Amino acid sequence: MSSSDEDRADAWFRALADRTRRDILRRVLAGEHSVSALAQHHDMSFAAVQKHVAVLERAGLLSKRREGRKALASGDVEAVRSVGRMLTELEALWRGRISRIDELLATEDPTTDQTTAQKER
Amino acid sequence: MPVTDVHHDLDTRTLTITADFAAPVHRVWEVYADPRRLEQVWGPPTHPATFVDHELAPGGRMTYFMTSPEGERYYAYWTVTSVDEPRRFTFDDGFALDETFAPDTSMPVSHNTYDFTPTEAGTRATFVATYESAEGLEKVLAMGVVEGSSLAINQIDDLLAA
Repeated sequence: MSSSDEDRADAWFRALADRTRRDILRRVLAGEHSVSALAQHHDMSFAAVQKHVAVLERAGLLSKRREGRKALASGDVEAVRSVGRMLTELEALWRGRISRIDELLATEDPTTDQTTAQKER
Repeated sequence: MPVTDVHHDLDTRTLTITADFAAPVHRVWEVYADPRRLEQVWGPPTHPATFVDHELAPGGRMTYFMTSPEGERYYAYWTVTSVDEPRRFTFDDGFALDETFAPDTSMPVSHNTYDFTPTEAGTRATFVATYESAEGLEKVLAMGVVEGSSLAINQIDDLLAA
């Protein structure tokens, strides 16, 4: 794990820790939006939305391009997937443990177990 | 599959997993209260866990190591923060430097809450793990890559067998 990877992970989580930014990201993942269209959705000033867009852009979750006077934003699907992947890897670890508990509970003889439990009481 | 719900919270870096087991609460509790049982479930088959200290009591300490197929040992510890037998216990899970089990302070610690509730069919278990920072989560996953990939294979096996 290089430190640049960690910096990126930090930026992702910081960027996603805000509801407005998550909402903006959902919209731009679905398709390219102009910053002014995003501002209308959020009932926010253009400048405020632009700031949120900039945070997402710095985190590498969104990219911007200009078309005439319009600033158009679209989401980076790959980057968003990476954040989810971190928690999904952890989930895989837990799922393994849970299926082993399930197997252990199923293979143990419950009668033997009860006698042990009674002895312990 | 006993897992009934999985929830990822990116804001709080929390993973919540709910599972239903077809056994009464006291038997699920025994899995954690008995180090020999815990060893059977904690590490993946490729990296079995060996518990050295095992004290499931408030302020108690659990220490264990996992052994890789090459014989390399990975040391870790739990600090048990609360116990409400047989319903609930909480603990901090961290990495240790070596066989002395001195905490590796450069590595993140996760806060865990395990809850067991009786149901008609047996036990509903809720496992919650929280990491303080994104770097923490990243580091743990980096260390767990080997474990994660071997588990992924097991999961496929389970799916095929189901």
